[in-house]
Amino acid sequence: MSAFVGKYAEELIKNAKYIATPGKGILAADESTGTIGKRLSSINVENIESNRQALRELLFTSPNALSYLSGVILFEETLYQKTCDGKPFVEVLQENNVIPGIKVDKGTVEIAGTNGETTTQGFDSLGARCAQYYKAGARFAKWRSVLKIGPNEPSELSIQQNAQGLARYAIICQENGLVPIVEPEILTDGPHDIQKCAAATETVLAAVYKALNDHHVLLEGTLLKPNMVTPGSDSPKVAAEVIAEYTVTALRRTVPPAVPGIVFLSGGQSEEEATVNLDAMNKLDVLKPWTLSFSFGRALQQSTLKTWAGKKENVEKAQEAFLSRCKANSDATLGKYTGGTAGGLASESLFVKGYKY
Amino acid sequence: MACASFAKLNAASSQWIGGHQSFSQRPRLATRRVSLPAIRAGAYTDELIKTAKTIASPGRGILAIDESNATCGRRLSSIGLDNTEPNRQAYRQLLLTTPGLGEYISGAILFEETLYQSTTDSKKFVDVLCDQKIVPGIKVDKGLVPLPGSNNESWCQGLDGLSSRSAEYYQQGARFAKWRTVVSIPCGPSALAVKEAAWGLARYAAISQDNGLVPIVEPEILLDGDHPIERTLEVAEKVWAEVFYYLAENNVIFEGILLKPSMVTPGAEHKEKASPDTIAKYTLTMLRRRVPPAVPGIMFLSGGQSEVEATLNLNAMNQSPNPWHVSFSYARALQNTVLKTWQGRPENVEAAQKALLVRAKANSLAQLGKYSAEGESEEAKKGMFVKGYTY
Repeated sequence: MSAFVGKYAEELIKNAKYIATPGKGILAADESTGTIGKRLSSINVENIESNRQALRELLFTSPNALSYLSGVILFEETLYQKTCDGKPFVEVLQENNVIPGIKVDKGTVEIAGTNGETTTQGFDSLGARCAQYYKAGARFAKWRSVLKIGPNEPSELSIQQNAQGLARYAIICQENGLVPIVEPEILTDGPHDIQKCAAATETVLAAVYKALNDHHVLLEGTLLKPNMVTPGSDSPKVAAEVIAEYTVTALRRTVPPAVPGIVFLSGGQSEEEATVNLDAMNKLDVLKPWTLSFSFGRALQQSTLKTWAGKKENVEKAQEAFLSRCKANSDATLGKYTGGTAGGLASESLFVKGYKY
Repeated sequence: MACASFAKLNAASSQWIGGHQSFSQRPRLATRRVSLPAIRAGAYTDELIKTAKTIASPGRGILAIDESNATCGRRLSSIGLDNTEPNRQAYRQLLLTTPGLGEYISGAILFEETLYQSTTDSKKFVDVLCDQKIVPGIKVDKGLVPLPGSNNESWCQGLDGLSSRSAEYYQQGARFAKWRTVVSIPCGPSALAVKEAAWGLARYAAISQDNGLVPIVEPEILLDGDHPIERTLEVAEKVWAEVFYYLAENNVIFEGILLKPSMVTPGAEHKEKASPDTIAKYTLTMLRRRVPPAVPGIMFLSGGQSEVEATLNLNAMNQSPNPWHVSFSYARALQNTVLKTWQGRPENVEAAQKALLVRAKANSLAQLGKYSAEGESEEAKKGMFVKGYTY
């Protein structure tokens, strides 16, 4: 069979295209309970449901911020939460033309016989879960695969395993009306140079698209969430233009034009770095048949979190910080970012060595 | 394989606006050049990229005249000529010395014999081409043979000694190569045949680039069969997925290759013919799903379509901007009327050359999406499908 065209095909294509609207991007607010706990503890806030709800309400009700977003990825708990006034978060998003998405993977585990490489879990009852999430209002999903660069990594086994996993997840999503975001993240950890990252990224993406094609995934109804191509975390930094050139070249070599949008992960870059790099890519004078946008977690929330610090009286200021990051990244998707938004906090590196989600 | 220096991609020859969903066909000055990061650089990377881009220039396509001696013999005998070297030379001279050919033709694929031939005035054919600003290319495969263990399918030979042959061809003036393998839908195709076709192409491509030749990647999905267009789409997607994956595994530089696919059409014996718009829709869908934008040009084969059909279909594909140059690499669809006009007679050479220009110009217009079939001759509309056609 050619690409799978099930009953949701038109809807998938429409939603994927909408999410890829130039000037908009995705807020990744799908931190698991454990991970969001780390965020909250960094501002001395207790990891209880009401606090998790308060943070997400702060984000989703930020005046005007939603106009710069086309989608928000949620964790399962959040999909079913409401504002303090009793309005479901899903409705808040939908009313503002923001498509709710849902993280569907169940984390990574090590692949035995490798040097700490991982595969992603979550296939059991995935179809049924996706159907439920669709009923609850979700229209796209996310599944994070992780690879690393080392002397012998990423290994062929890890590449194949993760590519197959992403492909299987993707087709199950499409069977159930969810646009799959395909995320093969190659971690920045390591002393390698940007060329090594580029080579790894191109190899991984080639394998990913081969697997997607073998599994009959309808590319027009998917999005890609890759890492930017950068030097390793232990290697000297390079200019945004260099990151842009390597990243766009890698994508031009691997991503077919049928894919409507590429929404980058920020992976430990500071808010400002991530925005500046995205902007540089969109300023590049070369043909890019897909939108280049963002799907940022930490790089959209960091200063907002710090400004909030868990206090009701800080909500307004925190929402302003969030709005300004959303707008900055929106400008970046149009190649119009002029830089320097929100100063100090925005430039804080968010890299954590050996970061576990 | 990290290189200290970057290879510069000439963004000025790219006509597209970056970053947005809408493309425009307005030519645009590059405001900054894009580096081509050298992570797979070989000795010829810059040149390969430049050559590929030159061949893939707007309004131009490839004239394929690489028929083997045996095949050329069939052409000659169809107009009553013997298959001798002088006759082959005379025919190729007619084609290659056509005045003004370079306006519509960016590359010419030659057979080995022709690469080393000259005009009757002793001018090397490769020099004739270079003066016309036409890039000389060379067929490097050694033909199809039966694939053991398959369902009566073929595979393409030619890897042995390919590296040194390629180097010699480069010395002689060739700057691109062509390797044609086939896939048969009536025979399956079997997974084995598809894998072999794709792997052979990938190895050939890597060796070509290593020796300075831009590889044209041609997995022809034969027209034979009574299957519907959906089946062709399915097979084409499978074949191109394999091809690109193996090209990547062989570290082929995509900015320095060209593709030569068959268009996605129903089988020749299918009850319904498809319109040019339908063929365009299916073919572009396939290309968008399989061809990364780094590939500069897609030069279609005609594979038995009539001259006019081949032009109409190409025209339909160019009605809106594409992420790659979409053009032609035609043999029969450029030569049929020419041959019939020539009849082997010197007094007909000028008329035959005019006929070639008519076809070349028509396809040039089709590449720009501006072709109209009004005024085309009946001869040009004659189908050229031959069942079980062997090259």
